[in-house]
Amino acid sequence: MEIEKIDQIIDKHQSDASALIQVLLEIQSENHWLPKEVLEHVSDRLQVPITRTMHIASFYKAFSLVPKGRNEVHICMGTACHVRGAKRILETVEDFTGIKPGETDVDMKFSLETVNCLGCCALGPVVEINGKTHGKLTVSETSEVLKSYE
Amino acid sequence: MSDIQLEIDGKQVKATEGETVLTAAEKAGIKIPKLCHNEKLIPFGGCRLCIVEVASRGSSKLVVSCVYPVGENIVVKTRSEKINRIRKTILELLLAHAPASLSLQDLAHEYGADKNRFEKEASFCVHCGLCVRYCAEVKQLNAVGFIDRGVNKEICFIPHIAEKECSSCMECFPLCPTSYLQAAFVLVKGLAFTTE
Ligand code: SF4
Ligand code: FES
Ligand code: FES
Repeated sequence: MEIEKIDQIIDKHQSDASALIQVLLEIQSENHWLPKEVLEHVSDRLQVPITRTMHIASFYKAFSLVPKGRNEVHICMGTACHVRGAKRILETVEDFTGIKPGETDVDMKFSLETVNCLGCCALGPVVEINGKTHGKLTVSETSEVLKSYE
Repeated sequence: MSDIQLEIDGKQVKATEGETVLTAAEKAGIKIPKLCHNEKLIPFGGCRLCIVEVASRGSSKLVVSCVYPVGENIVVKTRSEKINRIRKTILELLLAHAPASLSLQDLAHEYGADKNRFEKEASFCVHCGLCVRYCAEVKQLNAVGFIDRGVNKEICFIPHIAEKECSSCMECFPLCPTSYLQAAFVLVKGLAFTTE
């Protein structure tokens, strides 16, 4: 991510130290992860010790300290989805992408995470990809859905 | 600053407003066990060992004395069966993480805590935050911080700051109740310092 873009985000928050989380969130959503240089730059500009920035960036699950794929797949393993076969869906996604939860494939195409309830249990089993919800999935539909992502 | 009168373990004690029960007790020569507290640092209330019973207006409750402010006419008990029991359990939990810690062992002896009560989970660091807070508050160098959260929380040296500052300081080392801080430093030195 270009430094100008990051500076723009920081400027929008008037370099206010208390906007640290907000700034990180915006960078995360643009860049999909927070590289070391970015954390250092944000710390410098907001005049927050790097220890604090690191603490926050490693505390919240919304931040990633490793590169993420272009498509972020979140598979719900919550109770409702679990009883409706989330495990089989997960296995299908693992087979299709070749990665396990927490990983990203070499082509940076997919990142996989499991979550515990996305809040739409009636649609279970649910998979969310790049923020879009795919509900009532079957195994074959799951592969079809994944194929539609570049 | 007005004076406040309170009772600690049957003794009448004078304290100033805003002072904590722990400091008031210490000034009166009454010892309360503590782990994460240090006079030079902002109270943290992390370890809960300094727990005491406070009675005021007919009801009593357990409070953490290093962060609890004194109040007019409160009655503090620093030892009771209940308090001893709580401290014993806290010590046993801490010892599951850092069984070799000398300061914990001393307290364990005093409270009859069994270091084998809970399954060992040697994380060594007990998250007292003394190193992190000392570096931030007293030295303002921020060479060491916390990362991650919950059971995965760890201290972490920032290599480029540690490389520049730590060798000539090391003031936090003796504060650590375990040897983890020193071990972490040796590790970061070996792995991430660019020169020797
Ligand atoms: S390394 Fe030692 S001083 Fe630092 S938080 Fe852990 S136990 Fe406390
Ligand atoms: S359990 Fe999957 S959405 Fe609630
Ligand atoms: S000394 Fe009070 S909570 Fe640790």
